[in-house]
Amino acid sequence: MKFSEQWLREWVNPANDTQALMDQITMAGLEVDGFEPVAGKFSGVVVGEVVSVSPHPDADKLRVCQVSDGKQAVSVVCGAPNVRDGLKVPFAVVGAVLPGDFKIKKAKLRGQSSEGMLCSEAELGLSENHDGLMELPEDAPVGQELTEFLKLNDVTIDVDLTPNRSDCLSIKGIAREVGVLNSLVAEGPEITPVEAVHSDVPEIAVKAPEGCPRYLGRILRNVDLSVESPLWMQEKLRRSGIRSIDAAVDVTNYVMLELGQPLHAFDRDEIDGGIVVRMARPDEKLVLLDGQEVELTADTLVIADHAKPIAIAGVMGGEHSGVSEKTRDLILEAAYFDPITLAGKARHYGLHTDASHRFERGVDFELARDAMERATALLMSIVGGEPGDIVEVVSQQDLPIDRTVDLREQRVSAVLGLEIGRTTVEEILTRLGLRIDKLLKNGWRVHVPSFRPDISIEEDLIEEIGRIYGYNNLPVTEPKGSLGLRPQQEAVRPVSAIQDYFVSCGYQEAITYSFVDPKVQNLVDPEREGIALANPISSDLSVMRTTLWSGLLKTVAHNQNRQQPRIRLFETGLRFVKDGDRIDQRPMLAGAVVGSQLPENWANGRRNADFFDVKGEIESLFRLLGIEVQFLAGQHPALHPGQTAELLRNGEHVGWLGILHPQVQKKLELNGTILMFELSLNSIVSGYVPNFKDISKFPEVRRDLAIIIGSDVGFADVERVAKKHAGEHLTALRAFDVYEGESLGEGNRSLALSLFWQHPERTLNEEEVHSLFNGVIEALQEELEATLRS
Amino acid sequence: MENLDQLVQDGLAAVESADSLQALDQIRVEYLGKKGVITQQAKTLGKLSAQERPAAGQKINEAKGQVEQAINARRTDLERAAIEQRLASESIDVTLPGRGQDLGGLHPVTRTLQRIEQFFSRAGYTVEQGPEIEDDYHNFEALNIPGHHPARAMHDTFYFDPGTLLRTHTSPVQIRTMEDGQPPFRMICPGRVYRCDSDMTHTPMFHQVEGLLVERDVSFADLKSTVEEFLRVFFERDLEVRFRPSYFPFTEPSAEVDIEWGREEDGSIKWLEVMGCGMVHPKVFEHCGIDAEEYRGFAFGLGVERLAMLRYGVNDLRMFFENDLRFLRQFR
Repeated sequence: MKFSEQWLREWVNPANDTQALMDQITMAGLEVDGFEPVAGKFSGVVVGEVVSVSPHPDADKLRVCQVSDGKQAVSVVCGAPNVRDGLKVPFAVVGAVLPGDFKIKKAKLRGQSSEGMLCSEAELGLSENHDGLMELPEDAPVGQELTEFLKLNDVTIDVDLTPNRSDCLSIKGIAREVGVLNSLVAEGPEITPVEAVHSDVPEIAVKAPEGCPRYLGRILRNVDLSVESPLWMQEKLRRSGIRSIDAAVDVTNYVMLELGQPLHAFDRDEIDGGIVVRMARPDEKLVLLDGQEVELTADTLVIADHAKPIAIAGVMGGEHSGVSEKTRDLILEAAYFDPITLAGKARHYGLHTDASHRFERGVDFELARDAMERATALLMSIVGGEPGDIVEVVSQQDLPIDRTVDLREQRVSAVLGLEIGRTTVEEILTRLGLRIDKLLKNGWRVHVPSFRPDISIEEDLIEEIGRIYGYNNLPVTEPKGSLGLRPQQEAVRPVSAIQDYFVSCGYQEAITYSFVDPKVQNLVDPEREGIALANPISSDLSVMRTTLWSGLLKTVAHNQNRQQPRIRLFETGLRFVKDGDRIDQRPMLAGAVVGSQLPENWANGRRNADFFDVKGEIESLFRLLGIEVQFLAGQHPALHPGQTAELLRNGEHVGWLGILHPQVQKKLELNGTILMFELSLNSIVSGYVPNFKDISKFPEVRRDLAIIIGSDVGFADVERVAKKHAGEHLTALRAFDVYEGESLGEGNRSLALSLFWQHPERTLNEEEVHSLFNGVIEALQEELEATLRS
Repeated sequence: MENLDQLVQDGLAAVESADSLQALDQIRVEYLGKKGVITQQAKTLGKLSAQERPAAGQKINEAKGQVEQAINARRTDLERAAIEQRLASESIDVTLPGRGQDLGGLHPVTRTLQRIEQFFSRAGYTVEQGPEIEDDYHNFEALNIPGHHPARAMHDTFYFDPGTLLRTHTSPVQIRTMEDGQPPFRMICPGRVYRCDSDMTHTPMFHQVEGLLVERDVSFADLKSTVEEFLRVFFERDLEVRFRPSYFPFTEPSAEVDIEWGREEDGSIKWLEVMGCGMVHPKVFEHCGIDAEEYRGFAFGLGVERLAMLRYGVNDLRMFFENDLRFLRQFR
């Protein structure tokens, strides 16, 4: 809401200056967004009168004028099309300084001397309008400083109102609030009913009283809409951010700004029969004032005549029935529309108007008649006309109820943390216009006025008291309450421990959008469909990620395009997969690695990260978490078929590790070998609590062997077979060498293993170890067709 | 015996000229070994009278001692020289960088979230999580934002279908936690939230932390201390904090919180809005089955990126989600 400070001060005029006033209302909850002077900075501009106009001898478009500044007439060369005899204009005399530090000097224009300049609105910083000279009223006093004449020592204040404070969407409302804050009475112009001079009244039928509990109409005959609204009104509108259109529109806007009641004027001759307030019928269409044609939906409240809709109620009028210069008879409308009926309607039609803004938030339901009288009087003072009687259709049962709210003294102090005292509470309520209907044993019964639809419960009143008392005057105390210890599972590691682990492994954490490009996602997770947003911000952010890889790979591309060859990223967050009717929202941990395993320096070499680098890091993570996970050769559509592991914990799938499939990599325009992993966080965070076992005092025995085995036999198989036959006292089994070479024959490799045994209570003897060792060798030979390497 | 002195002189000279431990050992054997030239002198003692023998023996011992001492001294010198030589050959350029993995870093949003979580955990708040694809009820209805409410327009919601949406704040987590538990509550709900808005100062996804405290006896004054303390702890400064009346459907009274952030030209405080807060609206308690006569609560909410920007001087919100390594590495 924008308003002129001067206009406000006509209603209530506290002693504080502009800044203090703005601070004060900001701290009362009417947040001032900013302010602007209503005119540019200038000096030396007076009301001038064009005494005579004659053509310029050497220029077709210029004229030589004699302009009076009240003391003398001087020559001024002017090119504006609207310059004419007798016109009163802003006149920048020699020595004047216009906005932009533009100094007015004596000059010669095509040989004719010019002593000063006649100004447009734009040249004075009043508006963008530079279509011609600004025209001042005929009665403007020649020679008066323009700043004084137009009262330009004013600012436009922009208040960002919260949606509950519809009562402040008017000068009257803000003045009321300023009055409360300064213990002053806010008073506006007196409103007196206009006497009817004829008995011509509009026929009004309200068929949807729940949407329109109150509708007022009045006929104003024989108006002259060729008359412009007065400068003072145009100025107030301009300073409130509203452009002057014609007298009828200006007056309805003016009264809306002044009192908060949106109004509308129809051209009576365009109305067929009478006015009907009803819901729209299917397939009805309406061309609005802004020229666009809309198809009305059945849940839209409309103003219609006997043939057709003529306005969307509370939003915008129709073009056809709108007033124009030719309009002779007006029908003025003032109504109370139900906020819930109107909610979202303007938005539905792609509109947001001053009227819809107010009606959706709730207009004072008792205001329509006053506004109608005020508008009638203002209109008649400008365009003349003969008023008729007001026709009012009311559905009492559909109007908001006249509310009272009980307020307990104890509750006020309990919520605010301060004993405010009865008299202070009563004073604040009364100043706000909240009448105390009854003193109760423990508090008050408070009547809520019709202009405060936001107050309906005790807490609303407590907020009002706190707000006016001043939040910053309320005390500051520490919360009391039980601070019992909370259970914490030792076996479950916090996600932050995992994040810190990856940081220590050289990974940089990324946070990518949860909605991704469906094209990228189809490449990395072709088997699952991402859940699509109905209203995405753009097509490349339109489906929910089914894997964190979609975002991470985009991040890899972003960084590779910025000369970053070595990238190690991880991310944690939810991924979203449709699971029947449910949506499975699961926290994941994912990573992408490309480039050298170690940062390039003199000692680290330049070896690129490979599968086993990342596997080692993930294995250490599992040790940190205290869990055992199996890595099995697996197949994933986005990963290299020969370098992919599926990770299982207790047989349950927990994730993937592998190299991005070269074709996917190419399509995503990425460079290098990219290692990818993704793990389901909930499946891995829960480990174990350590349980001490005695340390054996007896020596450990080691035996090494080397076998030649088919390349298709995994180490995991070898380990499984060996462990099965190595007896209960095997303490460790390690592969210390893997070799593939022509000498071993096609499809073979050599695996060197060491096995460690230790008995908890005695020394193992040579025969025992020998027999276990031989058992392992035989099993490997028999079960896996291994041969002992000599 | 006449040549004993000569032998000693020769021995000392040989020791002096020995240039290695090996050579020195040979000299020791040559002079002092079982068959060494000085040792052999002892055999001549038999030819002497009993009277002469002690003095001659002593002379031989003195000669042995003299040479032995010289050998030991020379050995020490040679050993020290050898160590020094080895050490000299082993010296390295300690100014070269070390070997091994570099350190990564947390995203500044995570870093900020972790700090906030730590502060509140220490004050007894639990950290609660919830779904990001939410239903209309938990995101709006239960928070006293019915379908027609103008506040819905302020939320710019991403929808999947009319009843399913991306949460616009983390408040639904508070609803879910209250539905599932019994008061009192002290919790914070950190996480991703989504608004259908993207420009210089808005990203369609950002992070919030919302806090909630529900007790039998809690007031706006308690809320003020919690918020003020948090802001001072977060910024590690004794900054001015002010509370401005505002409006949220789920709190009543409601306030926005401004902090002192520099000075205007005229010396007055420049205020910057950083948080919203208020006392839990009775309707919200009603939706969660909590008796608003028995319990009261306060709630607060803050934007994590905004606090991170202020804390670390980041000047472009969008950088948080570009994940440019040159940006991210500044926060490790």
